[in-house]
Amino acid sequence: MIAFDYVRPNSAKAAVDAITKDASAQFIAGGSNLVDLMKHGVVAPQKLVDISRLPLNSIEQSGNNIRIGALCLNSEVAEHALIKEKLPLLAQALNAGASPQIRNMATVGGNMLQRTRCTYFYDLAMPCNKRQPGSGCGALKGYNRMHAIFGASNSCIAVHPSDMCVALAALDATVIVAGSKGERKISFVDFHRLPGDTPEKDTHLQKGELITAVEIPVNDGFAKHSLYTKVRDRASYAFALVSVAAALDLQNNTIQHVRLAAGGVAHKPWRLMAAEKYLKGKSPTESNFKAAAEAAMSAAKGYGYNDFKLTLLPNTIIHTLKTIAGV
Amino acid sequence: MTNDNTQDKQEQPGELLETRRQFLKQSSAITAIALVAPALVDAAEKKLDEKAADIFEKVPLSIEINGKQHQLSVEPRVTLLDLLREQLHLTGSKKGCDYGQCGACTVHVNGKRVLSCLSLAVMQDGKKVTTIEGLATGSTLHPMQLAFIKHDGFQCGYCTPGQIMSAVACINEGHAGSDDEIREHMSGNLCRCGAYHNIVAAIREVNAKGGKS
Ligand SMILES: Cc1cc2nc3c(=O)[nH]c(=O)nc-3n(C[C@H](O)[C@H](O)[C@H](O)COP(=O)(O)OP(=O)(O)OC[C@H]3O[C@@H](n4cnc5c(N)ncnc54)[C@H](O)[C@@H]3O)c2cc1C
Ligand code: FES
Ligand code: FES
Repeated sequence: MIAFDYVRPNSAKAAVDAITKDASAQFIAGGSNLVDLMKHGVVAPQKLVDISRLPLNSIEQSGNNIRIGALCLNSEVAEHALIKEKLPLLAQALNAGASPQIRNMATVGGNMLQRTRCTYFYDLAMPCNKRQPGSGCGALKGYNRMHAIFGASNSCIAVHPSDMCVALAALDATVIVAGSKGERKISFVDFHRLPGDTPEKDTHLQKGELITAVEIPVNDGFAKHSLYTKVRDRASYAFALVSVAAALDLQNNTIQHVRLAAGGVAHKPWRLMAAEKYLKGKSPTESNFKAAAEAAMSAAKGYGYNDFKLTLLPNTIIHTLKTIAGV
Repeated sequence: MTNDNTQDKQEQPGELLETRRQFLKQSSAITAIALVAPALVDAAEKKLDEKAADIFEKVPLSIEINGKQHQLSVEPRVTLLDLLREQLHLTGSKKGCDYGQCGACTVHVNGKRVLSCLSLAVMQDGKKVTTIEGLATGSTLHPMQLAFIKHDGFQCGYCTPGQIMSAVACINEGHAGSDDEIREHMSGNLCRCGAYHNIVAAIREVNAKGGKS
């Protein structure tokens, strides 16, 4: 790891200032992704701004929203009574990610901004437009078993690796960020971006902006009928091949509202809007779930080694919905 | 170099804690002379940058390790694992992968299990660290250490310090209720020798005996 400066500002404003005035500076929260990337030489910030002690670590409900501070640990959120009761989907997704040790380090903000696990991104000897714009994409015609089936471009077919973010996308969360010009809110589905021809940008966050919290609306129907399913190469401690976050608001055997998002399939957590639209107002039957999964897959495209996801994802959607609905 | 220069890196209450690495980036191509004590500029110009860097890159660190308070001075890039092993010669915590993938470096920070290979030492300022060396009480082994011996919870032993630190935390967290739960919550600790079966047996037994620690 190359040497760098280290600062520990004592307010969010000072942290934003420290980053804004220094192009090569980066925030560090848990460090579980950033330190790894720095050791590999994938990123090399010249200054780290330690935000881990800023008081952005509370979890509280106000009105219909639950607000989670950006510096809450993944383990704290997953074990929190309010989250387990009102947002079990989020707790499940968090517990499906990484290991207990890493969840004790990882923060909510850091989890959202974790970089892709594409092996070409990590391997400095390989081309990668995300790491080195203009160098090409090694995965496009390479070993792309882990890669995207939705929203990819000729510049990049990497996926966003987070589990937590799939649940937050399904739950219609809002991201709250602070920058030098004040606070703004970004809806979660618009927070991460597709690669297009600028895959070096993972999100719509501006340089210097600090994530301070996420807000999630509570829906008691979803809390009763939700599930996160993660399919991976081993039973635990592996990134998703595909994952599905689903929530159903069922009344009188009718799907009043439904939320579906998938992980491991795109450059961002992928909301399955077409499937949601299909299911709204219908009854929770296997044939409806199958048709919804088919609708979800209409825009999907395989790249060779990841063609299996074209079958695995719809099967995972159907399995998840059937399990929730008990059919 | 006089010791006075080390004053430069002290934290002022309420101010940024900042090291003076910046100006040494390109050896003698000094970019931030204004930030730097004149003696150090002299030293750098006389090609003493390496020595100067030794003093100036470091940040003060106050940390309690296995009950003992340490006042140290470390470079920001030093991980907690390297601090323990290389500087404090506490070689119980193992470097299996150095990238967060194996769990051999697991220690407790403020009572929580974390990976010391992905933790920067400077970020642990003011915290309490427990390593495998701090688990026993005098010559009396911790119940989890005894259970690993009794159940043959290891073969080569390389993963064992991490396994034991994780196992103690697994019970403290209340995640040792069944063999499946133990396996899930021990999944961050890999064992190349495949001692998993006996590790689960050791944890099951300590948990059944109410083995909170
Ligand atoms: C072996 C291993 C396995 C893993 N498996 C999984 C898995 O299965 N599923 C999964 O979802 N994740 C997994 N992870 C990734 C893990 O979830 C992330 O490393 C973690 O969430 C990052 O959080 P952090 O606080 O440590 O971030 P850091 O490493 O501190 O930061 C990550 C990035 O976020 C930025 N940042 C952090 N906080 C803020 C903020 N508040 N505002 C603005 N920018 C910020 C930093 O500048 C940096 O660019 C795994 C990690 C490892 C090492
Ligand atoms: S050495 Fe830290 S996880 Fe492998
Ligand atoms: S005992 Fe050899 S790696 Fe676990």
